[in-house]
Amino acid sequence: MSLDLLFDPLFRLPFITGLLLAGLLPLIGMYLRLRGEWLAALAFAQMASAGALVAMVMDGPMLLGGALAALLAALFKGLMARAGAHAYVLMMLVAWGAGVLLVANHPLAEQAGHALFDGQLYFTGEAHLAASVVAWGVAAPLLWWLNRSLLLAHVFPEFHRARGLDPRPRLMVFDVLAGMVIALATVSIGVMAAFALVFVPPLIASRFGRSWRAGLALAALVGMLGYSAAFVLSLGFDQPFGPVCALLLVGLVVLPGVKSDRL
Amino acid sequence: MGEVLLRVEGLVAGYAAPVAGPLAFTLRRGEILGLAGPNGAGKSTLLKALWGGVKVFAGQVVKPPGVRISHQAQGFTDLRGVPITGRELLALTGAPPEGLPPWLAERLGLRLDRLSGGQLQFLRLWACLMAPADIVLLDEPSNNLDRAGVDYLADWLGRAHAEQGIVIVSHDPALIERVCTRLVQVDARGAQE
Repeated sequence: MSLDLLFDPLFRLPFITGLLLAGLLPLIGMYLRLRGEWLAALAFAQMASAGALVAMVMDGPMLLGGALAALLAALFKGLMARAGAHAYVLMMLVAWGAGVLLVANHPLAEQAGHALFDGQLYFTGEAHLAASVVAWGVAAPLLWWLNRSLLLAHVFPEFHRARGLDPRPRLMVFDVLAGMVIALATVSIGVMAAFALVFVPPLIASRFGRSWRAGLALAALVGMLGYSAAFVLSLGFDQPFGPVCALLLVGLVVLPGVKSDRL
Repeated sequence: MGEVLLRVEGLVAGYAAPVAGPLAFTLRRGEILGLAGPNGAGKSTLLKALWGGVKVFAGQVVKPPGVRISHQAQGFTDLRGVPITGRELLALTGAPPEGLPPWLAERLGLRLDRLSGGQLQFLRLWACLMAPADIVLLDEPSNNLDRAGVDYLADWLGRAHAEQGIVIVSHDPALIERVCTRLVQVDARGAQE
C-alpha cells in the first residue's frame, strides 16, 4: 500500500469535492429515508448517469446532462407521487436500458460508463468542486427551510392540509434538490458511491441518533469519515473508489449490528 | 355565547361514494362537541370533511376566514427508525410542553420509537391539542390510553377552553359524557343533536 499519492496536490481537489458531497448526501438521505423514498436516490443516480452519458455522446457537458436528467426524474417523481416505488423502478429501468444501449453502441460511452459506475473521483475537476460548493450553499438553507414541512408530512400528514395549506410545493422543491445533489454526486464520485452515501449513513444515524438534529449530524459525520477512509484505501491499494466506498460503508452497518428497521 | 367557528349544513361526505351524513351543527368558541355513534357510521369521514380531507357530496361547511384547524387522526405513522424526540414533535406543531402529565414530561427527550403506544398517543394528542388552532378535531383520542391517560385528558378537556372549539369523535360514551358540552349522534341514517 502506497500512501504517497495522498499528498499529491493532484488529488486534493477531488478529495475536497468528494468530502463536500459526502457530508451533503447523507442529509438528503435522512429525509428520503424519513419519507420511505430511499429507492428514489438510486433512481436519481441512474437517471443522472444515463443523462451524463447522453450528454457526452452529444459532445455536451456531462455535469449538465446528469443534472437535466435528474431534474426530469424529480419532476416525474412529483407527478407520479401516488405510484410510489413503482415510479422509481420505472425510472431505473429506463436509465439502465438507455445507459447499456449507449455503452454498447458508442466507444466513448463505454469508457465513461465504467467511470460513472466505478467512481471517477480522481478525474473530477474544478467545475465539480465549484458545483459542490454551490450545492452546499443552496442545500443547507433549503433543508433548514424544508425541515419542518418534511417532518410534519411524515408524522402529521393532516397538519398542513387541515389548515388549508398545500404541502406539495415544498415537497416538490425537496425532490428537485435531492435530484440535483444526487446528479452532481453521480457525475463526481460515481453511481455506487453516491447511492451508498445517500443510503448507509442515514441507516446508521437512524439507529444511533438520539434526536433528529443529532441524527443529521451523525449521518453527515459517518458519511465524511467513511468517504475519507475509502479514499485513502482506494488510493493506497490502487482500487476503484466506488466499490471500496460502498463496501466500507456496508461494513460500518454490519459491524455494529445495525438493525435494518424499515429497510 | 362564543363566536361561531364552524357552521355545518346538510353535510354528506365520502370517497368514491357518500358514506356519511347528512350532518348539521354549529360550533362556537368554548364548546366541546361530541360526535358519537356505532362503528361504520362515518364519524371519522365527517371529521375529515370539516377541512376538506374527503369528498363533499352535498351541503357545506362555513368557517370565518383565517380559522386554523388542528386534526388528530386515528392511527400511527410508522416511526420505527425515525430519530425524532418528543420535544421535537411538539416543536413541529408549536405545542408547548407545559402542562403535560409528569409521566410523559420526563420522557420528552426520548425518541418516539422508544415510547409505549399509550405514551405516543398522548403525545400526539397533546401536539395536536396544544398547537395554535381555533378548531381542534380529535378522532378517538382515548385509543391506546390507559386509565390514567384518559383521566388526565378528560380533566384537561373539562377545564375551560374559551379560545377553542373542539370536536371529538369517540365510541367511548364515558369520555363523551364527561367532557362534551353538546352531543351529535351519528348513525347510518344521518345525524341528529
